[in-house]
Amino acid sequence: MSATASNAYFGRRYPLSASHRLHSDALTAAENRAAYGKCNNPHGHGHNYVVEVLVGGAVDPETGMVINLADLDSVVLERVVDRFDHANLNLDPLFVNHAPTTENLCKAVFALLDGTVQPAKLEQVRVEETENNFFEYSGG
Amino acid sequence: MVFLTRRATFSASHYYWNEAWSQEKNEQVFGKCARRSGHGHNYTIEVTVAGEPDTATGFVVDLKWLKDVMEREVLEAWDHRHLNLEVPEFAAGKAVPTTENIAIAAWKRLEPAVSGAGGAQLSRVRVYETPEIFAEYRGGQ
Repeated sequence: MSATASNAYFGRRYPLSASHRLHSDALTAAENRAAYGKCNNPHGHGHNYVVEVLVGGAVDPETGMVINLADLDSVVLERVVDRFDHANLNLDPLFVNHAPTTENLCKAVFALLDGTVQPAKLEQVRVEETENNFFEYSGG
Repeated sequence: MVFLTRRATFSASHYYWNEAWSQEKNEQVFGKCARRSGHGHNYTIEVTVAGEPDTATGFVVDLKWLKDVMEREVLEAWDHRHLNLEVPEFAAGKAVPTTENIAIAAWKRLEPAVSGAGGAQLSRVRVYETPEIFAEYRGGQ
């Protein structure tokens, strides 16, 4: 089985803690309250997020790897974890015009990583906001 | 089509080493994983099968049967073993026992038993090396 390359997937989970406030300037105060509930409280709140990155590609017959874990870590830490960990998501330029919902965070993480995980391909980003809710984005 | 997943755990030791490479290159590519004394993990394997629920039983497959297949084909061979030294797929010169190759090897062990049973198809094998690191294989090339 070492002779031919099979396609497989490799996943890695990265915890990060950040604060946010769900608020849209396009909505009135009452509409914001109706849409976002306590997530609209003025001073924000925080979560321990988990960003799960799934990449796919051929398993290199020499290394047995889709991607070297150290290389994936270096990209994700630099592009995502260092950017968002212990930060206020609302202050990030990516969320100036978009509420930092976890859906939007998920899409933002995908955009930050897409094309940067060679030789593998970014397949899916999953962001867990709490133990009970999570969001997935596969591009497109 | 309904997907059913069964999870099991096994503990094993391994190291990463490519026989075709020098010690220096192995250490450069694999880092701590290349230490020849080896190290171990508590692995979790998730086996997903897909099929239509049987009209009489409501089962895609009998979970007890799937558990027995996983134990017979994978866990008995791998649990509390040294993957490089005791598992043929990962012997010197064969596949490096990375999480990717462990997922592929598990698929190859499980697929004949699952498809041979005539009901469900093996859909996915996912192997967690730690709670934060996993690989999966969905068959094919």
